[in-house]
Amino acid sequence: MKPQDENKEGIGGMINPRRYGIERVAYLLMRLSGLGLLAYFIGHIYETSSILKGQVGWNEFLDLTQTNEGHALLAIVIAMCVFHTVNGIRVMLGHGGVGVGKPSRPDYPYDPASQNMKHKIGIYSAIVLAAIAMMYGLAVMYGE
Amino acid sequence: MTQVPSIAEEKPTTSLSSPKTATLRIARFNPEKDSERKFMEFNIPYQRWTTVLEAILEVKKHFDHSVAVRYSCRQATCGSCGMIINGKPRLACFTKISELESDVVTVEPMNNFPIIRDLAVRFERLFESHHKIKPYLINDDSEISSNEKEFLQTPEEVEQYIQFSNCIKCGLCNSACPTMATDSSFVGPQALAQAYRYVADSRDKGKDSRLKIIDESHGIWRCHFAGSCSQVCPKGVDPAMGIQFLRGYLLGFRS
Repeated sequence: MKPQDENKEGIGGMINPRRYGIERVAYLLMRLSGLGLLAYFIGHIYETSSILKGQVGWNEFLDLTQTNEGHALLAIVIAMCVFHTVNGIRVMLGHGGVGVGKPSRPDYPYDPASQNMKHKIGIYSAIVLAAIAMMYGLAVMYGE
Repeated sequence: MTQVPSIAEEKPTTSLSSPKTATLRIARFNPEKDSERKFMEFNIPYQRWTTVLEAILEVKKHFDHSVAVRYSCRQATCGSCGMIINGKPRLACFTKISELESDVVTVEPMNNFPIIRDLAVRFERLFESHHKIKPYLINDDSEISSNEKEFLQTPEEVEQYIQFSNCIKCGLCNSACPTMATDSSFVGPQALAQAYRYVADSRDKGKDSRLKIIDESHGIWRCHFAGSCSQVCPKGVDPAMGIQFLRGYLLGFRS
């Protein structure tokens, strides 16, 4: 079967956060923050390898993080790290069946128990904590 | 003796609402002839209770009988008329136009299913995945050979799986799943939820064999708990819950 005949939504459908509520937004943010942290990790290894060029090379590279762009990048890294951690704990607990409700006879209008308020609060908490951590990080970086 | 009026003489107790008109946009695509999907528009009068399926059948009856659509029971029981309605997977017979809160209703074939024509899609892969997880009770001590004539269950034991036995195999969950959007080898939320339905049944002894089937690279580990499957299920099955419980067995959270 040709790929176009499969009628798969593709990556565009996978990352579309607009149709299925905050859970799908968290799903997208989790992927973006995961990829972002992976990119930061690779960049971080490259950055620390500059110590092989001696103190001058190390200081030159470190100066890049002292610019406004560098501060913005690090603030985003802090936000990604906090969101990925907090939301990751929520997802891991869910994966073990914790906090996803109990099976019961469904009644109309069939609100899914697994999409309950505990998980929604967990997602909003991850977003709020990431924002607070980012602002705190910016305050520290700008020495206020 | 009181005179009972005939049905013809009875007057309605409530007044009928005046009909409104909606624009029904139907995706047309024949994979054997067409290179891309096109939309045809029809103006359809509707009442408060008119379903999307009724509107499509109105088009077939009065405007274009060549529109391909699969349907049967018209009461959300057969699972035949799943389609994308205004961007979300829904059953056409279970979706009233009035509840969409839009005068434009766009219907497309379900995502992640190969298209036969227009709104009709192939279900082979869904049924293959469903069969793969052994959707039946596995128990050597059959009811016929056993001294007992039936396997008794407490209400609590029934409660563990009854929700998941409501699945009508409509495919809406697979259509909404973000993993299915990119991985056609993924077993899918429908089959995984059904695996849990039998694993959770106290009469079943096939837990280990089912867990072995789903414990593979395109199996349960590709579910990331986005929960979209549960949000679109028209029968309240909540596949996301079943999948997480099932994963709990593999992770050692449940026994």
